[in-house]
Amino acid sequence: MLETIWFVLWGVLWAVYFMLDGFDLGTGALMPFLAKSEEEKQTMYRSLGPFWDGNEVWLITAGGVTFAAFPTMYAVMFSSLYSALMLVLFSLILRGVSVEFRNQVDSPRWKAVWDLGMFLGSSLPALLLGVAFGNIFQGIPIDGQGVYHGTLLTLLNPYGLLTGVVFVMLFLVHGTIWQAIKAEGDLHQRSLSAAKKLWPVLLLVAVIFLVSTKFSTELWNNYLENPLLLVIPLVPVVGLLLTRLFLAREGCWKAWFASCLTIVGCTLFGVIGLYPNMLPSSLDPAYNLTVHNSASTPLTLKIMLVVALIFVPVVIAYQTWVYVLFKDKVTKEDLAQEAY
Amino acid sequence: MDVLLLSRLQFAVATMFHFLFVPLTLGLSVLIAIMETLYVRTGDEEYKRMAKFWGKLFLINFAVGVVTGITLEFQFGTNWSRYSGYVGDIFGSLLAIEATVAFFLESTFIAVWHFGWKNLSPKVHCLSIWLVAFAGSLSAVWILIANTWMQYPVGYTINEVTGRAELTDFMAVVTQPFAIIQLLHTLAAAYCLGGFFVMGISAYHLLRKQHITFFRKSFRVALPFALIFSVGVALMGDFSGQQIATKQPSKLAALESHWETQTNAPFVMFFIPDEKNERNLYEFGTIPSGLSLLAFHSPKAEVTGLKDIPPDERPPVALTFVAFRIMVGLGFLFILLTGVGWLLRNKLVDSPWYLRIMLFAIPLPYIAAEAGWIVTEVGRQPWIVYGLMKTSDAVSPIATSQVLPSLIAFIVVYSLLGCVAYYLMFQFARRGPEPVKAGE
Repeated sequence: MLETIWFVLWGVLWAVYFMLDGFDLGTGALMPFLAKSEEEKQTMYRSLGPFWDGNEVWLITAGGVTFAAFPTMYAVMFSSLYSALMLVLFSLILRGVSVEFRNQVDSPRWKAVWDLGMFLGSSLPALLLGVAFGNIFQGIPIDGQGVYHGTLLTLLNPYGLLTGVVFVMLFLVHGTIWQAIKAEGDLHQRSLSAAKKLWPVLLLVAVIFLVSTKFSTELWNNYLENPLLLVIPLVPVVGLLLTRLFLAREGCWKAWFASCLTIVGCTLFGVIGLYPNMLPSSLDPAYNLTVHNSASTPLTLKIMLVVALIFVPVVIAYQTWVYVLFKDKVTKEDLAQEAY
Repeated sequence: MDVLLLSRLQFAVATMFHFLFVPLTLGLSVLIAIMETLYVRTGDEEYKRMAKFWGKLFLINFAVGVVTGITLEFQFGTNWSRYSGYVGDIFGSLLAIEATVAFFLESTFIAVWHFGWKNLSPKVHCLSIWLVAFAGSLSAVWILIANTWMQYPVGYTINEVTGRAELTDFMAVVTQPFAIIQLLHTLAAAYCLGGFFVMGISAYHLLRKQHITFFRKSFRVALPFALIFSVGVALMGDFSGQQIATKQPSKLAALESHWETQTNAPFVMFFIPDEKNERNLYEFGTIPSGLSLLAFHSPKAEVTGLKDIPPDERPPVALTFVAFRIMVGLGFLFILLTGVGWLLRNKLVDSPWYLRIMLFAIPLPYIAAEAGWIVTEVGRQPWIVYGLMKTSDAVSPIATSQVLPSLIAFIVVYSLLGCVAYYLMFQFARRGPEPVKAGE
């Protein structure tokens, strides 16, 4: 019971991370294409400024919870996905310092270097996190000792890459909507129409993903065996449709919330489809890491649950307060301020 | 070049680099909070400008600290998967708690502080930097409890079936005296470093007689802070030594290069360890019973010598010993320097020789802090969890072909990152505060 509760919380943590850092990563990946002037670039950076670091902590927490609640899964997953995770890590380092260092020196060459860093540091994690999760859904060649019998290339299989593309598209749409919310004038208009243009691509990729998932993974089994659960894959579908609807009506905040729903829905679709597995083995199902064989002891899970039930709502409360505090559009006055 | 050695090097590089930035984040955040509080209470705009100036340096430093921290959390899994699977119950939960209660608070409110000067009332804005300072030290609590558990595991049992360590007593883990002492020792060191950073940069400007009131005020805020915590870190160091003496005899023996088990063990000021022959050369400045006194506060106490510790359970002696001497020597120097500073506090500008010393003293707390980590981590070898698991049994079953590229990447990326970060901080420190804007 405790293990299952933690499994769901684990999924929720990843979902919230993707929902939040999704627009940061999406914005960074879009910047070379969306921003047509120095002022517009500054606006895009400023739109992320108050949020990106707090958003990234959800990744640290998701990783930390994986370690705490399912240590065997954490150990095998992180050592197996070694090269992919190292790439994600260095990309995130690049992203973080690009945001913080970019405006420190008033030189076009300096700024160009960090703009490139921002682009790479945003697009690579988006792709690679998708690849990582696609492989988790599919299963990887791990043996009975949890030793991985593959390389980085093993992970870059069609389904893994497809999941990577899904993540990228989800984050690009999420990012353009965020820019439509935060920007004024030309950038606002351009972001809005970019969101509308990207949406059908996302829809196509999402449909291919949902169908491929039937053939490459066993995720659909849980849903077909328990038809009540079908409401879960319905969530991202509804989210996608609502996103388009609100974009058409130019209700940008509503579109953003619908996009959040899409991302959360996709993540939970994958996670709940995975249950009770956490890291299937493509060598032999007997080697699957499951919720039950990788969990910590009940005492640890109980203590962590108490901490989570107290502090996660507190975190959500003050992070929401920050989003409300900085809900307004980025203005010229904001840019004129010292940093950004 | 095997995976174990490469992974050790990689973890050492990653941790030591991260710890270049962490102590300054911990110490400087408190100092900025004090400055901003002084602004709120006195209305003196210069304190506000101080908070912004030191804050600018803080933000550059903070960013690097954050991004290099994630690599550590990931590295337990990537390179030390056998360790992670074995102790995840206990160690993993402490890390998860650290993220939930501290990292969120820190990262969220530094952004509020950075961007909220105009949106928030001065009091609420000041509160946000206090929250950052609090959260930073709170995160240190959890990671040091976790590290101390590795030094002296408590509150656990070994499951015979799974072969894993399982938590039995959370309170024992969280409240063990060794952990509290390590925490206070590390925080004091960080606060001391923050103080020296501010004093050193202030000294640079006072030497050139620029922005005198600004930097005199800055120096005067940092000075008592650094003085109190230099004394504090030494005191906590003494308590740490006592803990190590009873709980990690091999570490004590190594950091003192103490070979013969004996009561009334002498303390020797200077010598050269000769590990191969299990003795020390050129002993100089012997204090009879000094080591027994220092470690156990009793001259008759028995100090275990390295000869009585099985060779495969001895830490590397030379490195531990040298690092320890450096750390302690610098620690006493900090007390001296801040003490002198206190005596000269009303005539700083007239004491250029002192200011010059303080300027060049900026790197010293960094060296002391890194030396301290070397003592505690190298001194714990060959154990990753003292007495329970050897580091050599903890490494992930992965290929050298994966670890060598990542090690090289860490060295290259971190070197570049460090250069850029310090370049920026140097430029901004040298430039001094923004000129007072009209109407501000």
